[in-house]
Amino acid sequence: MSTIERGTPTDAPETVYRWIGKSVPRKEDPKLLTGRGGYVGDLTVPGMLHAAVLRSPHPHARIRSIDTTAARALPGVVAVLTGAEALAHVNPMTAFCAEPVPQHAIAVDQVRYPGEAVAAVAARDRYIAEDACALIEVDYELLPPVVDPVEAMDEGAALVHDTLDSNVVFHRCLDFGDVTGDFARAHRVIRRGVRWHRMGAQPIETAGAICSYDPFDRFMTVWSNTNFHNFLPWSYAGMLGVPNNRLRMIPATVGGSFGSKHLINKVINIAGALTKATGRPVKFLEDRLDNIAANDNVGCDRLYDAALALSEDGEMLGLSLKIIDDYGAYFQFAHGQHGNALSQPTGPYRIRSLRYDVSCVLTNKVQQGFFRGAGADPGNFVLERLVDAAAEELGMDRVELRRRNFIAPEQFPYKVPTGNVYDSGNYPAVLDRALALADLEHWRAEQERLRAEGRYLGIGLATCQERSGYNASEWWFLYDQPPLGATSTPESVKVDIDATGNVRVEIGCPLWGNSPETVVSQVVAEELGIDPADVAVGYADSTTGAVSAGPGGSRLTIMLSGATRGAATTLREKMIRIAAHAMEIDASDVECADGAFRARGAPGTSMSMADVAMRAHLFMHDNPAGESSGLVETHTYDHPYSTPPSADRTDMGVFYPMMSHACHIPIVEVDPETGVVTVVKYYAVNDCGTLMNPALVEGQVVGGIVQGIGAALMEEYRYGEDGTLDTPTFREYLLPSVHEVPEIVLEHVQTPSPFTEYGVKGAGEGGRLIAPTAIASAIDDALKPFGARVEELPMTPERVVAAVQSAREARR
Amino acid sequence: MPEKIRITITVNDVLHDVLVEPRMLLVDFLRESLELPGTHVGCEQGVCGACTVLVDGGATRSCLVFAAQLDGATVRTVESLASPDGTLHPIQRAFPENHGLQCGFCTPGMLMATCELLEHSPAPEPGEVTEALGGNLCRCTGYQNILRSVGAASRMLAAEAGTPTLPVSTGASA
Repeated sequence: MSTIERGTPTDAPETVYRWIGKSVPRKEDPKLLTGRGGYVGDLTVPGMLHAAVLRSPHPHARIRSIDTTAARALPGVVAVLTGAEALAHVNPMTAFCAEPVPQHAIAVDQVRYPGEAVAAVAARDRYIAEDACALIEVDYELLPPVVDPVEAMDEGAALVHDTLDSNVVFHRCLDFGDVTGDFARAHRVIRRGVRWHRMGAQPIETAGAICSYDPFDRFMTVWSNTNFHNFLPWSYAGMLGVPNNRLRMIPATVGGSFGSKHLINKVINIAGALTKATGRPVKFLEDRLDNIAANDNVGCDRLYDAALALSEDGEMLGLSLKIIDDYGAYFQFAHGQHGNALSQPTGPYRIRSLRYDVSCVLTNKVQQGFFRGAGADPGNFVLERLVDAAAEELGMDRVELRRRNFIAPEQFPYKVPTGNVYDSGNYPAVLDRALALADLEHWRAEQERLRAEGRYLGIGLATCQERSGYNASEWWFLYDQPPLGATSTPESVKVDIDATGNVRVEIGCPLWGNSPETVVSQVVAEELGIDPADVAVGYADSTTGAVSAGPGGSRLTIMLSGATRGAATTLREKMIRIAAHAMEIDASDVECADGAFRARGAPGTSMSMADVAMRAHLFMHDNPAGESSGLVETHTYDHPYSTPPSADRTDMGVFYPMMSHACHIPIVEVDPETGVVTVVKYYAVNDCGTLMNPALVEGQVVGGIVQGIGAALMEEYRYGEDGTLDTPTFREYLLPSVHEVPEIVLEHVQTPSPFTEYGVKGAGEGGRLIAPTAIASAIDDALKPFGARVEELPMTPERVVAAVQSAREARR
Repeated sequence: MPEKIRITITVNDVLHDVLVEPRMLLVDFLRESLELPGTHVGCEQGVCGACTVLVDGGATRSCLVFAAQLDGATVRTVESLASPDGTLHPIQRAFPENHGLQCGFCTPGMLMATCELLEHSPAPEPGEVTEALGGNLCRCTGYQNILRSVGAASRMLAAEAGTPTLPVSTGASA
């Protein structure tokens, strides 16, 4: 098997592997290139009906009545369900919050955001189902919409949920370290108000499910693009009203997620209710309007009141973050995105104390879910804004200020104030590499030249963290009483070598757009001395797979490597024992390489893997005494290093320790009159430990950077004052196209993790975690002649013009 | 319900003589009626380009066209590119060799847009490539590797002993 020739320059780790670290061609590609992807929309089941959903046009209203008579009478319609009727078949959706905020897939009595489902139809085809939706009559009593998160906190504000006393569904203020003392001792305190607006994952494929219920066997089969079929199948069983041993969840290929398809409870719940109501399989695949309005797409929506305490010579002492986060109408995933941010709030710097004061506020908008970055994205933005502001106010060079506060390479593993541990890193090396790569002399000269022409070029810089490998305690540790235990977020892999020596691997995660088949093939090939091209890979459903948390939190390559190596090593050792017995030599004298078991130092004495496998499967009497037959091993790999939080929550424990790092230097041009920002060139240096597959890592990082360009310049859920969603389609919610993308130059430093197999760290989110704040810094640099600063993202043309305008007015 | 309309349409070299509902979108006709699931639905309003197919050689959003409009037309989808023996079309080889796809959902549209481009402009300038792909959204790759893939496909096609190398419709074979 050949490897992709083009690669990126790297500092390779000293250990030399045969397949780890090679740009092995991607195993997932052929089916995706030929129209055989097997996405949920491609699947059909005999007798299948198609669902459509009627959605509320109002942000906040009481449902007085719903008349479905005409819809039910339409030829081809098999069932129509209101929210109340659906509850005869399914239960409310699983929620991870402790507060009384129940959520139904189809609203019951009240709608709380524009686009919330009010009825669902199953019909012979989707066209008829949508016709039927248009025939449903809903009588709404309009309620005052709660739109602005700050006003929502007022005592007199209308309540989104009358089960709560306030729209502030959660508040907590925690001090880590002596933050009061550090601010009292500070020579200078830098303060900024920073706004990170609401954005969404927007995968090109929407969420969908086919549910098929057999009422005689009481058995439910679900095909879907969720990620959690082997992690939380019992939670779907509870929601669907079937025992877990009568539920089979089958993963479909997923057309992109970026965090938005972990649960997809709404589509599974709706298809589940309709299959139970009809006794026939039902497919509900969101259309784009459904997905933007009502999926678990939405990321953070935060206002920061932030302060950084510094000593006279620029030592960063303490950080204070007071946050209002607009969660929308429900609290399905609780405050997990703040737990996530607590993994790296102080960035790569030796900041020794932190105050984290968070208010989660409910409004009449679609609820937050998860989106690549998962709460650490605005965290990086606010911290780097403060660092740039500190450099300016202290009159220090922004690079040197960072350098003097970096955690030094010899300080790892390093415990940050919240209790999380960073495993390893070499931040000065990454910074130096980026500065050398970016050809700053050229760009400074270019900046000067263009300024003379009245054009504004800016050079940005950000040095940020990418935490990887979560253990899920951040979902709940801000509560005193955890609703869940501390999980090790296990990942399982089954390796099966047949009697002729062919290797098949079964994984518990779905294909989410990343490359799990390629990764496990590389690891098996490494451990068994075979070619990755010869490894077959399949996906386990929930009845055959062992526990798997799947992709998320930049964990998958770390966890699959561990699980696959564990299973492959066990089988290799077993085959070595069998081969040694057959060759009548000591097992320690047998080596496994090139698909054979050879006697060290005696090249003529060897057995093929096929010979050994046949013995292992069928000929126990020829094998060492006590060796059981067969070559199947399932290995479950637990999170390699996590500890629970302390009872008083002054230490959140180690929960996200594999710490990748990067320095990004974008070059932008800003037109102060039109407000248009053009990214001219983009330099990035990344350190995600050992590169499992450089081409695939580059794909993840570059793709993330471009999502970050979207976050910096264009992507936003916008609502009118009346609560109407002004961005319901891709014509209003803008995504980067090929026209918005500059040349991106990427290099790597490799600081292997001491905690993981092969030293890999995560790389899936870093691009989007860092690009937004790096571009903000570049816009600042471009607009320096005006004194305008970026304090919110995305910097749409309107906001750039307004920032320039207000800076001009301030100077008058 | 209005009466169905009779059309003859050639899809991937196969002639179909069918009755279609007037409102049946081309993409639904391809996916549901002809069981060709390779053409994907992303936005249903012509923004994302995932549903791009070739109609009489021109890149077309199949979510914006009714099947009933295409009486006598020739349509090519992603399923037409590879040979039944598993041989990939050069464009389909160029994309994986340059890691020009991740989740694969936009890929059929990208491949067909590339197909149209290279049939009309075998050695396109960079500006032509971004123009041709400017209406196809990809949320995974950041486009850089897609641009590399198109360049590589152009070179591969040129190297394969001159054009035309793309499958050319051989007419009806109902």
